Amino acid sequence: MADGSVERPYTLGGTMSVQSVFPRLEHLLPKVQKPIQYVGGELNSTIKDWDAHPVRWALMYPDAYEVGLPNQGVQILYEILNERPDALAERTYAVWPDLEALMRANGVPQFTVDAHRPVGAFDVLGVSFATELGYTNLLTALDLAGIPLRAEHRTEDHPIVLAGGHAAFNPEPIADFIDAAVLGDGEEAVNEMTDVIRDWKAQGRPGGRDEVLLRLARTEAVYVPRFYDVDYLPDGRIQRVVPNRADVPFRIRKRTTMDLDAWPYPKQPLVPLAETVHERASVEIFRGCTRGCRFCQAGMITRPVRERSITGIGEMVEASLKATGFNEVGLLSLSSADHSEIAEVTKDLADRYEGTSTSLSLPSTRVDAFNIDLANELSRNGRRSGLTFAPEGGSERLRRVINKMVSKDDLIRTVTAAYSAGWTQVKLYFMCGLPTETDEDVLEIAEMAHDVIRAGRQAAGRKDIRCTVSIGGFVPKPHTPFQWAAQEDPDVVDDRLKKLRQAINADRSLGKAIGYRYHDGKPSLIEGLLSRGDRRVGRVIERVWQEGGRFDGWHEHFSYERWIDAAKAELEPLGVSLAWFTTREREELEVLPWDHLDSGLDKEWLWSDWQDALDSVELDDCRWTPCFDCGVCPTMDTEIQIGPTGKRLLPLTVVNS
Amino acid sequence: MPDGPPPPPVVQRVRLRYTKRARLRFTSHRDFARAFERALRRGGVPIAYSAGFSPHPKVSYVGAAPTGVASEAEYLEIGLAREVDVEQLRLALDRALPLGIDVLEAVPATGGSLPDRIDASQWEIALPGVAPEVARSAVTKLLAAESVPIERRTKAGQRTIDVRSALVSAVVTEEVERAGGTGAAPSSPVTESELGVSTAAASSHCAIIICVVRHTTPAVRPDDILTGLRQVADLDPTEPPRATRLVQGALTAEGRIVDPLDADRGGVTIGTPTQPA
Repeated sequence: MADGSVERPYTLGGTMSVQSVFPRLEHLLPKVQKPIQYVGGELNSTIKDWDAHPVRWALMYPDAYEVGLPNQGVQILYEILNERPDALAERTYAVWPDLEALMRANGVPQFTVDAHRPVGAFDVLGVSFATELGYTNLLTALDLAGIPLRAEHRTEDHPIVLAGGHAAFNPEPIADFIDAAVLGDGEEAVNEMTDVIRDWKAQGRPGGRDEVLLRLARTEAVYVPRFYDVDYLPDGRIQRVVPNRADVPFRIRKRTTMDLDAWPYPKQPLVPLAETVHERASVEIFRGCTRGCRFCQAGMITRPVRERSITGIGEMVEASLKATGFNEVGLLSLSSADHSEIAEVTKDLADRYEGTSTSLSLPSTRVDAFNIDLANELSRNGRRSGLTFAPEGGSERLRRVINKMVSKDDLIRTVTAAYSAGWTQVKLYFMCGLPTETDEDVLEIAEMAHDVIRAGRQAAGRKDIRCTVSIGGFVPKPHTPFQWAAQEDPDVVDDRLKKLRQAINADRSLGKAIGYRYHDGKPSLIEGLLSRGDRRVGRVIERVWQEGGRFDGWHEHFSYERWIDAAKAELEPLGVSLAWFTTREREELEVLPWDHLDSGLDKEWLWSDWQDALDSVELDDCRWTPCFDCGVCPTMDTEIQIGPTGKRLLPLTVVNS
Repeated sequence: MPDGPPPPPVVQRVRLRYTKRARLRFTSHRDFARAFERALRRGGVPIAYSAGFSPHPKVSYVGAAPTGVASEAEYLEIGLAREVDVEQLRLALDRALPLGIDVLEAVPATGGSLPDRIDASQWEIALPGVAPEVARSAVTKLLAAESVPIERRTKAGQRTIDVRSALVSAVVTEEVERAGGTGAAPSSPVTESELGVSTAAASSHCAIIICVVRHTTPAVRPDDILTGLRQVADLDPTEPPRATRLVQGALTAEGRIVDPLDADRGGVTIGTPTQPA
């Protein structure tokens, strides 16, 4: 369309069959970078008949295809929904600005990569937010799809815009743009939602959009922001968040899938033609973590620990390899070496795939749970990749504050063993800007890295070993003990990072064996605004998007100035500010924007853990010690599900024949 | 760690012809290579590996069609550690690759070098919205020129490429013709609509240029031919042209292209075909 607006497609659940937009997209593709990412056709992708499936989901990962395609959450839900006889699911990803401009100029709407159907024609647009920096990309997709940005302007003709993923545990900054959010595991939630939508459509869609959202809200597992009002105090804090309808719950509960062996997804992982960030099959070996690292939102909101059994893992690994042809399998979890039978899992898998050049990887491992036997099993049939450890905090004191109890001696012992067993490269991950952190805490990272190189050179008997220090900025997250903490000012973070570089290079011989990677503090501050913001932050997101904000997770696209200016313009008239949302410490009784969203964690427990943090008091892992009353198990009627099962994996009778 | 005995030797070499059809024409060569190596694993092909710290499967690719250009005639050769039935191999690989990347032929290599048997391609360039007589007049001008130098940015920087000297022949039709030495391409199991082929332009004119182009360095690609046509005859299609490699092989003195797998099939003299003068 000549005015650059995008054609409004079709109706919510309309009977009109939907046409592929590919004929209109195709001639734009030769003009864009990496066109293969927009054509679909991946191995194991599914296209189902539109008219024969009454409930249609478009699943979006709001980042580039190369990042979004490997996302396990989307792949799992895609497969579960497509297995249903009454539903279909297709995928859509953020389009890069080059294609966005061409789509606007040519009136091509946001499309799915499977059948290139217009996203606006689906019943649900489900968006998985692993990070808050995808919010501007949501707005691009809505706009390109012809879906009004604000939920209040949508009619029966538009999909239900649903947020999921970890960021959905505080969806308030995007409350104006979404119709609903689901907290926690999606496997059962998407099935229940599909039932509700199917029944409502079969009944002739009584009560329209409002009715279907109300039915979803009444399940107590779907948060519909429009049914809740937020009142503010004169000083800008929230007074209360209350339902504005009689029959919706005061608090919305997170969903927890208890038996992972009953949900062996993805069974048929997608194999892209385009290059993506993870070129491997992935098997989730457990969900949840009770290590209790206080900065870690994932570890807090995914409790309790639920292991997949060793036999379940073995079946999934074999099925994934057969279905994909990948030569690497990632054994995923928040801390993979903590699986109760990890030694048996890795040994048996290495035995099973002996001689097939199939490598295993454990993307997250703790220093104290790691040992060289484990590492040797992982590399037995494939490449010996680098080892990564995350002490997170530079000093012993700081590690007590964050409850990441890894001693320097443990670390030196582990990396020494790795260097003597032939590894030449170790990566250490830390955070900067943690609560109570001082310059001295950060400078201890340099000492640790120096000691690692010294010990490594001695153990390996050679000089060419290396260590990389990688630093991320700390962002306080909702539903963690640090949700009350003041985020550190980016200038302080940047100054510490500079001092640390000098300290690393103070000894030239050691310094040249140490790589140093970090991100500056500014994007973290904006992530902080989006993480702990409330509904007022929505205006900032919308303004940034209108002024061209896209792909904020990519440093070449991120503009700090644009966010600062938009925050000033939109927040200050309301008596709040970027600093108010980020570098301000909260008090115990402040109503937090996400208090009505129940992650299962008891707020009093979180507060006492925050106080323990300030006193540098550690807390053990409840998998191996008695319960500390975080609240999740009783509130959610769940319990820890771990082995050992005592079972082993038998050799496969036919391997690669 | 991959030390110990050397990998099993290659006992059989197989040459394959495969396609890049419809929307999968946007596959780059790197994308294809990754997908093919996964297909070898998924299809259970007993591929041989190179020795060394980081073993690579024995796959030799022959000059790939550019990203965005479709092909009915791409070639590669694989080395196997165990002898197989080539038709079963073809089926296994075809099943393990996405629809549109279709393995059409598999022939045991009988010797000689595959790249040595390939020095020209026949391209089909469809020009939606262009009347055949307009295209014909442009092609006539191009063929009449002594040389048609065009500028193109390559990895080595800005290069001047003579389109005319690489162009062996060019004709314009309104129908798709599968000319050349290999006969008609086997029919695809995929319908065009499944793969999302545009049929929008079919109602109006669509001139089709069938041309034979000698492989030179740097290669003259369909885009370059179009640049040449723009230069000599102001041919400027409003809709994006669509190019397909129909045939690849050895150019004969008569300007025909010999199927590079003919020599391996037997019944045909093994050796390098006559080079054109």
